[in-house]
Amino acid sequence: MKPARRNRLFLILLMVAGVATAATFALQAFNENLMYFFSTTEVAEGKAPQGAKFRLGGMVVEGSIERPDNGMMVRFVLTDYNKQVTVEYTGILPDLFREGQGIVANGRLNDKGVFIAEEVLAKHDENYMPPEVADSLQPPEVQQ
Amino acid sequence: MSFVPTPISRFFHRMASPPHFYSLTNKLLPWLMTIFILLLGYGLYGGLYLAPTDYQQGDSYRIIYVHVPAAWMSLFIYVVMAMAGAIGLIWRIKLAEIMVISSAPIGASFTFIALVTGALWGKPMWGTWWVWDARLTSELILLFLYLGIISLYGAIEDKRRASRAVSILALVGVVNIPIIHYSVEWWNTLHQGPTVTKIDKPSIHIDMLIPLLTMAIAFKFYYLIALLQAAKVELLRREQNSQWVRSMLETET
Repeated sequence: MKPARRNRLFLILLMVAGVATAATFALQAFNENLMYFFSTTEVAEGKAPQGAKFRLGGMVVEGSIERPDNGMMVRFVLTDYNKQVTVEYTGILPDLFREGQGIVANGRLNDKGVFIAEEVLAKHDENYMPPEVADSLQPPEVQQ
Repeated sequence: MSFVPTPISRFFHRMASPPHFYSLTNKLLPWLMTIFILLLGYGLYGGLYLAPTDYQQGDSYRIIYVHVPAAWMSLFIYVVMAMAGAIGLIWRIKLAEIMVISSAPIGASFTFIALVTGALWGKPMWGTWWVWDARLTSELILLFLYLGIISLYGAIEDKRRASRAVSILALVGVVNIPIIHYSVEWWNTLHQGPTVTKIDKPSIHIDMLIPLLTMAIAFKFYYLIALLQAAKVELLRREQNSQWVRSMLETET
């Protein structure tokens, strides 16, 4: 390789490495803010902001969905298989909302530690299969 | 480059010569077109008709046959573009510079398709068109990078200088590619984790996977066709005063 070309190759590698290092440090610094939601354990341990709006993510506990006054208000329990948080929501739930499904709720905690959601989003998992295969996998294996 | 065998390096030298590239492209395009149409036909038929419905999402999941290949292409084209940019910068090969700028609009279109199809799927499934999570935001930044490259190229009059500036921008932006890919693993995101590229075993049923991979290969061929077409036009525009273009036009008319 000619010296001029080797120099240019070296400069390019140096530039890419420099940008990568800068990006790594920047992302490390913003790490907390890049988290899309808090887990139920973090909320139960008081790490989530008090009185401010934030997002809470977790799995809907089996058998926990109830409509206390037969209206639009839904109450359910979210878990990350460690700590649980009760959520109340009034409104239309997305298609994928069901027991055992991961969801992300946006709202704030009230005085009793109940999460009052203003918006509920379903989080889809990465599994795709036909219904027959899903039936044959019963009971679904629980993953952390 | 002594470590490359002579026949291969000779092939690349000939490919890098504009007249040779031009005539070879004209011979290749009909074949590429045939393969693309066959793959696309099977991929669409397999994905939209043969593949079973999903146990949770029903038929709505079928948007992955466009969304996932388009998203893969948006990353793939960017990496190709950055590598062509590096080759153009180091060896000053005109054709590599042309590949960079010819790839940018194609990559931008695939990024746009990935974002739009994702939003269309997100509304019924997640309950929202858009969220600012790490995956969606970094993919949007990728679209802006493509658009930035296209506009920077247009803003500089001297096209060889423009190519150099664009190649540097492409190389700086390449840091975004691993961020997009790993965003779903590094941070909590609303977007689900990887399905096909998981190391152990893809978590998608084989009957759904085959049409998906067919579509991905079909999209690769589409990129090749679009790239060669765009490169031919760009090459003619840059070489309009050269001898080989003039003699070619004389023989054709």
